[in-house]
Amino acid sequence: MGDCDLSDTNRINWKIGGAQGSGVDSSARIFSRACALAGLWVYGTREYYSNIKGLHSYFEVRLSPTPVNCKVDGVTFLASFDAETLIRHAETVENSGAIIYNNTVLQTPIEKVDTINMEVRQRVIRRLESGGFTPDVAGIIKEAEGRGIHIYPVQYDDIIGQTAKKLGETQLSRLNKIINVLAASFSGALLGLDRSYMFKAIEQTFASKQKIIQMNVEGAAIAYDFTENNFKEKLPYSIVPIKNSERIYISGNEAVALGKLVGGCRVQTYYPITPASDESEFLEAHEYFNVSGGKGSILVVQTEDEIAAITMATGAALTGARAGTSTSGPGFSLMVEGMGWAGINEVPVVITLYSRGGPSTGMPTRTEQGDLKFALNASHGEFPRIVICSGDVKECFYDAIRAFNYAERYQLPVIHIVDKGLANCNVTITPLDASAIPIERGKLITPDGQHQQPYKRFLFTEDGVSERAVLGMPGYRFWNTGDEHDEMGHINEEPDNRVRMMDKRMRKLETADKEIPVEEKIAIFSDQKSVDLTIVSWGSSKGAILEVMELLKKEGVAAEFLQIRTASPFPVEQVKKYLSRAKLIVDVEQNYSAQMAKVIAEKTGIMIENVIVKYNGRPISLNELYQAIKLVISAPRKNRRVVLTHGA
Amino acid sequence: MVLKLTDVRTDLFNDWCPGCGDFGIEASLQLALTEMGIDIDKVVLFSGIGCHGKIVHWTNTFGIHTLHGRTLAFAQGAKLANPGLEVIALGGDGDGFGIGAGHFVHAGRRNIDMTYIVHDNGVYGLTKGQASPTQRLGEQTKSLPQPNINSGINPILLALSTGYTFIARSYAFNTRHLKETIKKAVSHNGLALVDVLQPCPTYNDIETKAWYDGEDRRDASGKAVPRIYDVNSQGYDPVVTSKMPQEDFDRKIEQIFRLSNEWGNKIPIGVFYQEEDRPTYADRILQRIPTYVEMPPAKQDIFGTDNKSVVDLAELSRELAIDATEI
Repeated sequence: MGDCDLSDTNRINWKIGGAQGSGVDSSARIFSRACALAGLWVYGTREYYSNIKGLHSYFEVRLSPTPVNCKVDGVTFLASFDAETLIRHAETVENSGAIIYNNTVLQTPIEKVDTINMEVRQRVIRRLESGGFTPDVAGIIKEAEGRGIHIYPVQYDDIIGQTAKKLGETQLSRLNKIINVLAASFSGALLGLDRSYMFKAIEQTFASKQKIIQMNVEGAAIAYDFTENNFKEKLPYSIVPIKNSERIYISGNEAVALGKLVGGCRVQTYYPITPASDESEFLEAHEYFNVSGGKGSILVVQTEDEIAAITMATGAALTGARAGTSTSGPGFSLMVEGMGWAGINEVPVVITLYSRGGPSTGMPTRTEQGDLKFALNASHGEFPRIVICSGDVKECFYDAIRAFNYAERYQLPVIHIVDKGLANCNVTITPLDASAIPIERGKLITPDGQHQQPYKRFLFTEDGVSERAVLGMPGYRFWNTGDEHDEMGHINEEPDNRVRMMDKRMRKLETADKEIPVEEKIAIFSDQKSVDLTIVSWGSSKGAILEVMELLKKEGVAAEFLQIRTASPFPVEQVKKYLSRAKLIVDVEQNYSAQMAKVIAEKTGIMIENVIVKYNGRPISLNELYQAIKLVISAPRKNRRVVLTHGA
Repeated sequence: MVLKLTDVRTDLFNDWCPGCGDFGIEASLQLALTEMGIDIDKVVLFSGIGCHGKIVHWTNTFGIHTLHGRTLAFAQGAKLANPGLEVIALGGDGDGFGIGAGHFVHAGRRNIDMTYIVHDNGVYGLTKGQASPTQRLGEQTKSLPQPNINSGINPILLALSTGYTFIARSYAFNTRHLKETIKKAVSHNGLALVDVLQPCPTYNDIETKAWYDGEDRRDASGKAVPRIYDVNSQGYDPVVTSKMPQEDFDRKIEQIFRLSNEWGNKIPIGVFYQEEDRPTYADRILQRIPTYVEMPPAKQDIFGTDNKSVVDLAELSRELAIDATEI
């Protein structure tokens, strides 16, 4: 497929790596923001270890003059401050690409970088030796030069020293943190991005911290000067500012948090877990906010465990507050009993489930979509639940609002699945609309003194949903119990009552299925009358699929994409309709067993025979998905199961 | 409105065993509710799983019968979302100190203004009498195949070390003492524990009513000499403040340690510890969210006209905005 149009004006894939804790994230965020200020669209992904300091992390930023939705394989520009980044990523840089490196690491032997897995080190050493290069960073640089890569040695220490001198700072260590801004600035300067964008990005990133802004702007200026004075050779690609619409720069975690605030969530409980905690921390940082006519607030409670998180949120929901909790697979496992209690007591509570590599601790910081069937089935016994899955950052926001509406309209737990790849992507999008989704609270009672005595919290109704009072509402006393109960909420084990109560609860899912509009359950992406290929997927795979479809279209392959957005209640008829007329169906998922394909088989009887799966913990790249789909199209019978393996 | 006992009772059939200490706790709680003059519509009872759990169904207030061990977590969630509620959580000793021990500890750290009453009978009654976390090492209650191999925990000291600001013990069949203790606990501003010694007539054949009442030991006139005694009526003052001298505070803690470990011949009940000036969780939140008490989570309007969200999203997402106007 060529190189995804990389290495062109404004089509650049920039990557920065470094030890965790050394400022890789801030560097990438500042660089991204500077490019976004210049009008570009940004799609950034973070990869990191479960570690505080020292292990390797990297951040890839894809830039484009048009919106981009997924990662790509090739790197145009690699920024680094350490040896490890070069050892791991130099080979991913394209032949016409560029590398910035810290020349103090040049003599580092690969053998000595023990934060890299031994097998990986040995593989790199063998590669270098077979090419006739020395087994150290210098060898890596020579090898890259041989491929035509532009090499830029810089001395971070010198620049930090110059900055200190300029600021009159005698303690150099105070300035070490600016190294991340320096990497961004060298990159910006080499790519022809005017320094004013970098300065603005620094200001916006550090908000009101004047001293930090001054220090970083000074460092950035010196880095720009250094680059302009020392590196005269022009790169064959550059960043040229363009006019663009209003946008924000946001991550999946932040989008969910904003959706919760807009959607009226006023209690959030959580126990720290990757990659969910960022959402709760954002909420706590914004706990007191403006609402029309005054101030609003959200109470964020860090609990002792996830059992307390779900049960505390449920207790809060009983008072009428919209309440939610956020977690990842291990925490969700602990929440299961509590969720069942909310199910049998018909309490609206929202669980945001950030899925990561499992089982057990699995790969805590890596992405996976392995929790779909668990989310659909978790609990002993049966109760209705709604499960929704976001496919991109905007959906994260709007789905977070929808989740609370569904929870209250149908009085049940709602699980909102967001995979780590989506939670940790940092992208530019057009602004979010707070009024796009009206707040719907369903049969929540507004006391008017007109009620009939006695109030029955679990009154049998045709749609299964009963009028809902909240704790402390005079005249609407009620009881809850985790036991099977009667309409009042008192324990009742009579067989007839059991059947009626089960029917009532389960009927709510049928009601939800009837009422939820089709476009909230599935999305169809196709502009063709007849299609050769139907791609089925869910969650963050959406971005890569949409871009692959554009490439296929140019080649004359007519494809459509069926995105499942609501996994429960499962949109049986709609999915049947699309799949039963499909010529070739390919299911794309980021788990081992193609869980959605299995759910589709269970719900519709349609067996999808071609699957493309990925479970190495890294998000799907455009390149590998394109290759895999081409492979399936070329010989569907020979390629029933294609496993994607790209990513570092 | 003056409440009568019948106002705070439901007419459901009560299926506890005859002679169960739970009856004493139920009566004391309900009497306390009628005598305190509180708005009964604001009262919410939470319970866990075990015999005690059904108490919420026998009581005519909002009643939430939760999961095994999770009473405190549910109850704290409700109280935090609506601080105007009068939240009383009830638990068992297995429920609260076994499976729910983590929540017991962390509730202390928060000091939320609510009451926790533990039905403490030394056994898991509803599952036929296994040893609970408060049963003492080497004891062998009726249904144990072997003597208890674990030490018993001391709920008073556990509460003390984790931040409870009102810590009391009472006895299920001294309903006057228990009722008054519950009233004090509910009135206390902060997290209150009332550990209630409660005979289980079916499975605990050691700490029986007769044993607590001292039927096995008689004075010269032939009267039983009760093991239970009221420590406060003997002059013990439980009040501590942040302003008291360190040595007085230390002496108090030593006294609590000694008193709470008294067992066998003399068993103290009463208020062991009472601290009124430690900030509650609500006080702590108020430092950050000035509108918390007047507009808590449960009372906020979340939508306006046309059901549109009231939130000022532009303001909230200002830090995310890409504002290139000044370049």
